[in-house]
Amino acid sequence: MTDSRCDPKIGLPDDVTSEQGCTGNGGTLDTAADCVIQLRGIVKRFPGVIANDSIDLDVERGEILCLLGENGAGKTTLMRILYGLYQPDAGEIFLNGRPIRMSSPRAALGHGIGMVHQHFRLVPTLSVEENIVLGLHEGRGPFLNPRKTRKKIAKIAEDYGLRVDPRAKIWQLSVGQQQRVEIIKALYREADILIMDEPTSVLTPQEVDQLFATLRTLVDDGLTIIFITHKLDEVMAVSDRVTVLRKGKVVATVPTAQTDKRALARMMVGREVVFRLEKMPLDRGERVLEVRDLHALNDRGVPALRGVSFDLYAGEILGVAGVSGNGQQELSEALAGLRRTSKGSAVLLASDLTRCSAREIADLGVAHVPTERIRMGTVPNMSVRENLILKSYRRPPFCRWSFLDQRAAHLNACRAMEEYAIMAPDDRTAAKLLSGGNIQRLVLARELCGEPRFVIAAHPTYGLDVGATEQVRQVLLAQRDRGAGILLISEDLDELLTLSDRILVLF
Amino acid sequence: MRAPSFLRVERRTAPSPRVVFGVSLLAILVALIAAGIFFQVYGVSPIRAYGDILRGAFGSRLGLTETVRRAIPLLLCGVGLTIAFRALFWNIGAEGQLLIGATAATGIALFSGLPGPLLLPVMFLVGFAAGALWGSIPAALKAKLGINDVITTLMMNYIAIYIVEWLIHGPWKGPTMRGFAYTDRFPAAAILPTIGITRIHWPTLLLGLALTVLAFVLVKRTRWGFEIRVVGENPHAARFAGISHFKITVLAMVVSGGLAGLAGVGEVAGIHHMLLGPTHVSMGYGYTAIIVAWLARRNPLAVIVTSLLFAIIMRGGDVIKVTLGLPFQLVNVFNGLILFFLIGSEILMRYRIRLAPRRA
Repeated sequence: MTDSRCDPKIGLPDDVTSEQGCTGNGGTLDTAADCVIQLRGIVKRFPGVIANDSIDLDVERGEILCLLGENGAGKTTLMRILYGLYQPDAGEIFLNGRPIRMSSPRAALGHGIGMVHQHFRLVPTLSVEENIVLGLHEGRGPFLNPRKTRKKIAKIAEDYGLRVDPRAKIWQLSVGQQQRVEIIKALYREADILIMDEPTSVLTPQEVDQLFATLRTLVDDGLTIIFITHKLDEVMAVSDRVTVLRKGKVVATVPTAQTDKRALARMMVGREVVFRLEKMPLDRGERVLEVRDLHALNDRGVPALRGVSFDLYAGEILGVAGVSGNGQQELSEALAGLRRTSKGSAVLLASDLTRCSAREIADLGVAHVPTERIRMGTVPNMSVRENLILKSYRRPPFCRWSFLDQRAAHLNACRAMEEYAIMAPDDRTAAKLLSGGNIQRLVLARELCGEPRFVIAAHPTYGLDVGATEQVRQVLLAQRDRGAGILLISEDLDELLTLSDRILVLF
Repeated sequence: MRAPSFLRVERRTAPSPRVVFGVSLLAILVALIAAGIFFQVYGVSPIRAYGDILRGAFGSRLGLTETVRRAIPLLLCGVGLTIAFRALFWNIGAEGQLLIGATAATGIALFSGLPGPLLLPVMFLVGFAAGALWGSIPAALKAKLGINDVITTLMMNYIAIYIVEWLIHGPWKGPTMRGFAYTDRFPAAAILPTIGITRIHWPTLLLGLALTVLAFVLVKRTRWGFEIRVVGENPHAARFAGISHFKITVLAMVVSGGLAGLAGVGEVAGIHHMLLGPTHVSMGYGYTAIIVAWLARRNPLAVIVTSLLFAIIMRGGDVIKVTLGLPFQLVNVFNGLILFFLIGSEILMRYRIRLAPRRA
């Protein structure tokens, strides 16, 4: 995997790199091969962790290079260094063989490096074209030149099939369209190297296909793309080469054609990964939930659920599939008492959930693993211990005569952290310091204690790495085998097909 | 701008209490230095000015007792504000809540006709209720309609101020006051006892200290405190957990406004023995208490210390005026500077500077 053709002369004196831009003196690299970017010995430390541990990375011109790794492997940190958002503690960046210092994203853009972040950097109330020219100075004086802007956007849109209405406001666009705006934004700034940070995590399968087609067109046109992901299927589908990171180090770089999912997973996780889950035969019990003719509006006041009816039985997983925005969110919220319904009923063992508050529903034995696990599922500044009693703090043993029992909460936290393998220094650690997988385990531990009868799991493995995903799925199956009725909402078709006993499609 | 290469600025994950304390102290120190410039401009040596202020606050028995009596309303308002701030409700209206509490107590003292022994307890109860009501109006408006709390609480201060003005110039104007805009003096049974000849109305002081401890227990140990914190830290999670945003916001503001109302009762029943012009009743205690609560980092117990600190500064205002012959308003400049540096220091707490290891 290491070929000598891209080897730079390392150990340059500091002053060569200290000036911005290419100094062009003795620091140039031998560029026999066509390496656009070379990173050498990049080190980045954060308090308590080494996010990047002397990383070397070569990016060849006109390729799609996947950066594969679990959450916290250091992929995003590395790319933020390349994009000038972080300064490395050590190491050098070479662009076309010359050492450069990325002092800011503006400098990176000046060198033709653009980045599409996982969470978009768009202003919702501004239009597409306003967002695209934001921060540029091209018109005369303080004035914008909308006609020129629109023409240039139209050209980019046509060349790469990135169709979007330049006058639409961002908030009116779907997530896929917003991502297109981000790509256009980078191309508008004449980026020829595009960093995509987990671009598919917010997209539906159809949108993913469309994105991959776009990326292919871009590469055919001479652009270079660095694609950050933790999804193996995407690596196989889109990349030319793949560099695997684990715990801040490069494990290997291999041509995609010469590897497979199993090998990549082993490199990424560091052990064999079970792709097939052991699933017990269905042992369906009594009916838990009876939903009849459920109607609800979405946040914009448009009907999102129009007469949804289904039954859910104990001991089964009912999958809910559908393009995002088809009412999955509204369905889970309506059943959890977080959204008012306009018509219909949802009867859980003789109580109609549509007439209950969120608290009453939780007390009926309904667990809810929400889509937005950080925003809704946790209180980031509060401790793991407190987050674990967020739903049960009013009841004994945690609360007696309105006083909270810290000892009981502590014992509860110790048990939960052990049972669900929540990694934290202790139970007083703030929840915001946990990784995504640990936060989801925390939410599961809290929601699933007390043997719920009905579990709403909304995108339970969204954004999680392979190891955490595997564990979450096993937890859900264990709940099923115990006799809970589970409503599984997911956009991951593999997940739905593997876990569900029946599948419901919202359209 | 970049730090020199041998220094490194790092993000802290969570500032320790020691860091918080140290940075707060530093902020006050920097504010003192900045305020010193003003003294210098007036031709007074800052060192002499601070010396005089400290002597004024502690040097004599009068100074000490005047400091303590100013700490009483700051303590009550400040403790209330820590609770409101924890629920992420920006109560800028302690001033108005204090005035309304004072007004309600005056009404009871002068017009209720209650028998003597009942008078003071009822005044405190009604003062609390009035402040609580005044505070819960903006709370309800925010929780139900999403109306900005800063604006409503601030505006309600002016309503309270003009209610007091109207009462003392109009219907409640005391016939025995020879045309001054005061109400009549309270009957003896409606006047709080003080320590000796000082102006420390000790029942309010004791009440304040007891309520401080109670507020601390409420926040740290009870389910309501837990709910207030969840609502303040993450309203989405609160909704998800079935915590009523409305109930908790109103609860926090009932406590916050009620405590400010008690402070108002203490001022009229302990110091003035009548209702008079709003700036005389309060002297901006409700506004200063915002800084008091902020400096205490929303911890009710710490308010005991910070309220005393700001009482010294307010007492310093007297010294500035009497001894140094400078305008009293310098106190406001000083308060503003402290708040400025305090809020500015928040960002400092999240970083630390370290010597960088030599590059490999």
